[in-house]
Amino acid sequence: MTGLLEPKAIGTDLRRRDGALKVTGAARYAYEAPVDNAAYAHPVQATIGRGRVTSVDTAAAEALDGVIAVLTHENAERLASTEDAELAVLQSGDVAFRGQVIALVVAETSETARHAADLVTVHYDEQEHDCVLDPDGELYKPDKVNPAFETDTAVGDVAGAMASADVTVEQTYTTAMYHNNPLEPHATTALWQPAGDGGDLTLWDSTQGVHPARSTVAEVFGLAEDQVRVVCPYVGGGFGSKGTPHAHVILAAAAARAVPGRPVKLALTRPQMFALAGYRTPTIQRMQLAANRDGVLSAIAIDVVEQTSRIKEFAEQTGVPTRTMYRAPNRRTTHRLAALDVPVPSWMRAPGECPGMFGPEVAMDELAEALGIDPVELRIRNEPEVDPDTGHPFSSRNLVACLREGAARFGWDERDPRPGVRLRDGWLIGTGVASSVYPVHQMPQSTATIRCEDGRYVVEIGAADLGTGTWTTLAQIAADALAVPVADVQVCIGDTAYPMASVAGGSSGMITWGSAVVEAAHAFREKFGDDPADGDEAEGSVSENPMAERYAMYAFGAQFAEAHVNADTGEIRVPRLLGVFAAGRIVNPRTARSQFQGGMTMGLSMALHETSVMDPRFGHVVNHDLAEYHVATNADVADLQAHWLDEHDDKVNPMGVKGIGEIGIVGTAAAVANAVHHATGVRVRDLPITLDKLLPHLP
Amino acid sequence: MKPFAYQAPTTASDAVRQVADDPDAVFLGGGTNLVDHLKLGVARPGALVDVTSLTSAEITERDGGLLIGAGVRNSDLAADPRVRERYPLVAQALLSGASGQLRNMATTGGNPLQRTRCVYFQDVTTPCNKREPGSGCSAIGGYTRYHAILGASEHCVATHPSDLAVALTALDATVHLLGPDGERTVAFGQLHRLPGDRPDKDTVLDHGDLITAIGLPDLPMARRSTYRKVRDRASYAFALVSVAAAVDLDGDAIRDTRIAFGGVAHKPWCATRAEDALRGQTAGVDAFRAAAEAELADAAPLEGIDGGNAFKIPLLTRTLVAVLRELTGVNR
Ligand SMILES: Cc1cc2nc3c(=O)[nH]c(=O)nc-3n(C[C@H](O)[C@H](O)[C@H](O)COP(=O)(O)OP(=O)(O)OC[C@H]3O[C@@H](n4cnc5c(N)ncnc54)[C@H](O)[C@@H]3O)c2cc1C
Ligand code: SF4
Repeated sequence: MTGLLEPKAIGTDLRRRDGALKVTGAARYAYEAPVDNAAYAHPVQATIGRGRVTSVDTAAAEALDGVIAVLTHENAERLASTEDAELAVLQSGDVAFRGQVIALVVAETSETARHAADLVTVHYDEQEHDCVLDPDGELYKPDKVNPAFETDTAVGDVAGAMASADVTVEQTYTTAMYHNNPLEPHATTALWQPAGDGGDLTLWDSTQGVHPARSTVAEVFGLAEDQVRVVCPYVGGGFGSKGTPHAHVILAAAAARAVPGRPVKLALTRPQMFALAGYRTPTIQRMQLAANRDGVLSAIAIDVVEQTSRIKEFAEQTGVPTRTMYRAPNRRTTHRLAALDVPVPSWMRAPGECPGMFGPEVAMDELAEALGIDPVELRIRNEPEVDPDTGHPFSSRNLVACLREGAARFGWDERDPRPGVRLRDGWLIGTGVASSVYPVHQMPQSTATIRCEDGRYVVEIGAADLGTGTWTTLAQIAADALAVPVADVQVCIGDTAYPMASVAGGSSGMITWGSAVVEAAHAFREKFGDDPADGDEAEGSVSENPMAERYAMYAFGAQFAEAHVNADTGEIRVPRLLGVFAAGRIVNPRTARSQFQGGMTMGLSMALHETSVMDPRFGHVVNHDLAEYHVATNADVADLQAHWLDEHDDKVNPMGVKGIGEIGIVGTAAAVANAVHHATGVRVRDLPITLDKLLPHLP
Repeated sequence: MKPFAYQAPTTASDAVRQVADDPDAVFLGGGTNLVDHLKLGVARPGALVDVTSLTSAEITERDGGLLIGAGVRNSDLAADPRVRERYPLVAQALLSGASGQLRNMATTGGNPLQRTRCVYFQDVTTPCNKREPGSGCSAIGGYTRYHAILGASEHCVATHPSDLAVALTALDATVHLLGPDGERTVAFGQLHRLPGDRPDKDTVLDHGDLITAIGLPDLPMARRSTYRKVRDRASYAFALVSVAAAVDLDGDAIRDTRIAFGGVAHKPWCATRAEDALRGQTAGVDAFRAAAEAELADAAPLEGIDGGNAFKIPLLTRTLVAVLRELTGVNR
């Protein structure tokens, strides 16, 4: 690869270009699509965990003034593809989980739709359901884990190493079920124009990828892709839950088809999001570490048990980060799934890495304690020269530098390793550390065009901005690739009218779309030189990076936490979180900091607060709103710092960027758990860490 | 959501008549609890009778204490300098609840009448005796982290969620009512009920009884009072347990004390046994602990899917000890 782009606009902390529109309310979100004469849809959800709908009585709902239609499995249109069972809505009376949509009301107002939905009576043939993730229950081995990793890996003899090691750690750790809960609920406005061959469908959908959403919807309805347009300039958060279309998108489109020419709006309520918008599976992680007295690992193993829904598999790659983190001659990772009568799990910020760096990073802390070695030092002693999984060299790996920089900034060196000995003003105080990692993902396809208009450069690509900063950062990349001031660049994203872009997932956006923009800029300059005429246009696409075959590419980080535990009540507060990341070149420090800090806050939330309480008797998450499902609030976050190293990696892509959207959440919960242990001497291995788990052990 | 009528009468007595005459009508205060319940289908009234401007929004001096109009917003009550100085536990209780936006809407009349946060009560797809008498109690054997350890019945194990109500119970405040038959008062400690076999009835109020004001008594020891709320996150969460307490000290001797607990029962729990145990004692950690143990002798924790709520017994004991340490300044 030739040298990196000369950074001029890249690296400056430009304000968000969409900021003013958002804070003044001028930015329109999916539900606010500017359409006339909209109808409104509201789903009816199953109230059994498994079985069949035997009859749906819609008479009372239909009799209500203002009700336009009630769709059920008996009258809804047959979809062209039902291969994706999550999207095969209203195709049969089968109920696969509680909360599944079994009817849809379309009405003149959202209030009427909601009222009518209440009036629909459903009879069921109920079967016994199973919603309990039990490591001793029926499990199976998936073919691959998300998206296409080997399910199991094994090298050497872990059992042998465990038997002969000086010190071992063998513990089970669990993470809870989590829901993404973006502020903007999942929402779609759909319009079928009956004209043409089979009509045209426009979707204003809150999505992380307009083109992937279009492909999915076109396939489900048997349409050509050019019959479908998906528009999404702004997204109020997604965290993965808007990465693939869920049932409501198909429902909105089906409802629109039932009232041709009339737009239909559908927004999920917060409780509905707990059944219909994906979530992170709970995980059970059995860890084994073996080491000699110097802390050098001879074995590392993780055996993961997690759940999926019976109708559609999603296998979270929880064991995968363990394959890369530390050197050890004997290694094993496995994944086993329970297929349950539960909603369909899906992506949530850093699938795999986020839960998968909890057990291992707490286990490392336990090992450090057993050995009497500082936990930062223990990690440094197990730094591999090459990727232990593939044997490839790293394109850059600065975990050790992150640990050292973080330790210096955090004041780690003054740390007294003894747990449970610092009591100040009624609070037990402790500090903890954990490593962080996230792979460099580049998606195979994305195209951008650049056109000269009135002396400015218009960049078009169907990319997404989930609040991450794409509107701004793509302009910075285009400016440097074209060697023009960033003010001369206009970026157009979030519409399938623009060239094809990949999903905003796997922290791949900047890498993939940015590469396409750089290619387009090069093509543009090649064709039109430095003095283009109005209307000149060139296109560029991301291409495979040959280096990806030869190098292991990852961002790394180190997370430090200070925990205070009330000696009377066990209440836990985290006044200080500090992360240092090595994630390639940072395109915009302002938007990057907010990504890192957002991830860290979400990790804190996972450590202390979040848990979706599944009531196995009913089969649904019972704390399904934001009053009862706790996410960290401002008051829970105090001194929150994200720093990064100046990392130069010329192998990853022409911008030298690695993804940053997800790494902030990775390792945070382990750092907090380790800090709580240091504060109290209590080792909590099951998230979230709540006061009832500490109370019995407090003085 | 069922359609409803909105009525805005111009006098309190008209409002009372409109509700008393219509079994389907309810009063509307700040709406921060009721409107949620309308959306969820938990409340299905035919008419809302808006009373926010019909009762006083003033706090006035009365018999050495304060009379708080039912229309006073929670934020204004918490900010009142007289309340902060003479009844700090009231201000602290309010500020520990909900969020700034909610407190700006919520009223003094509506706050004590907010309904339980039991997740099964709030979800019309699960059986609940409080919402639908006779349907059963889903919380028993379910998610019980926020549920009762005191005074529950086999019909309902819910807790009352209001923080303000715990402070008002400790103070022995007075509820001023206007009913179809005229005015009357009820001691705050008598306002809420235990569930027994009628968990659908939260309070002793009859349909059409309007809270017009709440009176705080002349109680000098309330100046040495506090409200301590223990919760799962630093803000915007309901109490796991809470303690409202005031102490009247004579040197190290406890002349008198007022104690109420939140988060542990169907009503704000007036801790009379603990008060009795402490009265006349020398302040000290052992006495504090003994008082908590006396109050919790009959506590019956619940099992549940998320570990149950047995932790509330040691938690409340430790919290009461901590609160009394703080109020008395005695740490041994
Ligand atoms: C997310 C969230 C978090 C919260 N957290 C807390 C918390 O931590 N602690 C806490 O204490 N509270 C909390 N609250 C609850 C909040 O304090 C109550 O909703 C509020 O105090 C209710 O007052 P209101 O005036 O809005 O009552 P409304 O919702 O208007 O009415 C509540 C009930 O009282 C009746 N009513 C209203 N006024 C009168 C009157 N004058 N006379 C007779 N009946 C009347 C109504 O008919 C209704 O049944 C929270 C609420 C939410 C939504
Ligand atoms: S505890 Fe009370 S409110 Fe909760 S489900 Fe049981 S009866 Fe209903």
